Amino acid sequence: MIIIGERINGMFQDIAKAIRERDGSVIQEWARKQEQNGARYLDINVGPGSTEPVEAMKWLVEETQKASDLPLCLDSTNYDAIEAGLKICKRPAMINSVPAEAAKMERVFSMAAEYGSEVICLAMSEEGIPKDSESRVALAMELVATADAYGVPIEDLYIDPLVLPCNVAQDHGPEVLETLRQVKLISDPPPKTVVGLSNASQGTKDRELVNRVFAVMAMACGLDAAIADANDDELMAAVATARILLNIDIYCDSYIDVFKQG
Amino acid sequence: MAVEIQKEKYRSKVGEVVLGATKEQGGSRSHTITVGGETTLPFLHFEGEMPNRPVVALEIVDMVPEWHPCFGQYYDDVFADTAAWAKKCVDEYGADLVQLRLQSADPDLKDSSPEDCAATVKKVLEAVGVPLIVIGCGKGEKDNLVYPVVAEAAAGENLLLGVAEVENYKAITSACMANQHNIIAQSPIDINICKQLNILIAEMSTAMINRIIIDPTIAALGYGIEYTYSIMERARIGALQGDKMLAMPMIGNIGFEAWRTKEANSSTEDAPNWGEQETRAILWEATTAMAYLQSGMDILVMRHPRAAALVKQNIDELMQDNSY
Repeated sequence: MIIIGERINGMFQDIAKAIRERDGSVIQEWARKQEQNGARYLDINVGPGSTEPVEAMKWLVEETQKASDLPLCLDSTNYDAIEAGLKICKRPAMINSVPAEAAKMERVFSMAAEYGSEVICLAMSEEGIPKDSESRVALAMELVATADAYGVPIEDLYIDPLVLPCNVAQDHGPEVLETLRQVKLISDPPPKTVVGLSNASQGTKDRELVNRVFAVMAMACGLDAAIADANDDELMAAVATARILLNIDIYCDSYIDVFKQG
Repeated sequence: MAVEIQKEKYRSKVGEVVLGATKEQGGSRSHTITVGGETTLPFLHFEGEMPNRPVVALEIVDMVPEWHPCFGQYYDDVFADTAAWAKKCVDEYGADLVQLRLQSADPDLKDSSPEDCAATVKKVLEAVGVPLIVIGCGKGEKDNLVYPVVAEAAAGENLLLGVAEVENYKAITSACMANQHNIIAQSPIDINICKQLNILIAEMSTAMINRIIIDPTIAALGYGIEYTYSIMERARIGALQGDKMLAMPMIGNIGFEAWRTKEANSSTEDAPNWGEQETRAILWEATTAMAYLQSGMDILVMRHPRAAALVKQNIDELMQDNSY
């Protein structure tokens, strides 16, 4: 599993302030810090309160690329903002995200085909997030079939089964894990999978512990990527260790450092 | 009906390492040799690239070695003259390169000084134009005194200098860093230590990552060859899948190991059912080498000239294009 660093997000006050004041140093520092600690993509999100999402997205992409060569994961519900970002990304990027809704799929998959982007596909529709894994997998199949029709390679899709906070929707946990397993069976090659890890711990007392335990459980179910806090050292150590135990990486005494260095 | 050939897609490749340096590059070699660069498992030309053919080195020692008497007919005239021995290996026996073992530095043998060792290296460099591999006597404390002197005396020649081990790698790594030589990183048939040693060397200098040749420590045919084989295979697959700390070319002391076996050394009289001793020994050494070619070895250090010739012929055949 690889980590998509979540920190460049206007939801965080320092990033929101940096966007308002156009202070690139804050963005660049977080880009570097996340890369140095093992992030392999950087999520870019202008934040919920942005009054100028398109301009803010372009600025964030520019500033991030000054400090890091990592591919970016453009995170917005405003597709114009995403497209503005895609135009200036130096490497093929990831679009975050699209639900199984016809109009949105049309826009996003056309964009993905045009720019060679990967896409995070949410297992939800106009009706919301289903609880059981079968319905989540059915939405995943719809997303995969539609992407295929637009010429987006299946390997470029990341199905997000949608993790909910464990203190709010505890019964979703096993369904999400089962979805991760089942998604690998829907096509050959199968799509990849991703979760927004920190969602699992929203509002809980020891968030880091919940995140870290959920990460390794999901990895055992085949999870490919997580949008997560790359600067949580214990999370990164747990992920590196799970990669060893799953025989993904070859053990050596410095395996945690090696994982962080990529 | 057409058969669809399954092809593995790897996302990474083995690094390339250049051995030796020509006059223009600051050395005195007639040519350089590049090893590594594979993008697939050995000789699967239909699947990926194998841009550099595996090479065969012949081993020489800086004192008269206690080798089987059958080597006398090839080397009796040069055993006592290291430079002439090197020249014979290249000119008469077609060695791609020469590996010089500074055995005489061993405190229990001649205890040669680092300066004497350096002088021998210089003489060999003058005698041959091929890139040179130089390894110590195997006694770490003494070798650590020899490495810096030899490395400095041969500065610019882009030697392959060995060996670094996980318990003793700093002196040789420093010597290679200071004089821009390549390094042999040796691990005891253990992939975890192999990777760790590469990391330790890289921590001293990231530039050294592109100068490491892995010596996984090999076993001869019949003596655990399958252990080394599977470790090399795992390391190579790891390299092709993106493990940068295993993505180095590999070397093995085939002759050294093959000639420790009873199958190579037993006389025809003692083992009449095994066939004539020298022919049997040559085949034992060559067969060991051929197995390691299949597990991804890039530099084969051989002892018997006729075993080396057989292996070179095998490499010629294996390097034929089999793409379709």
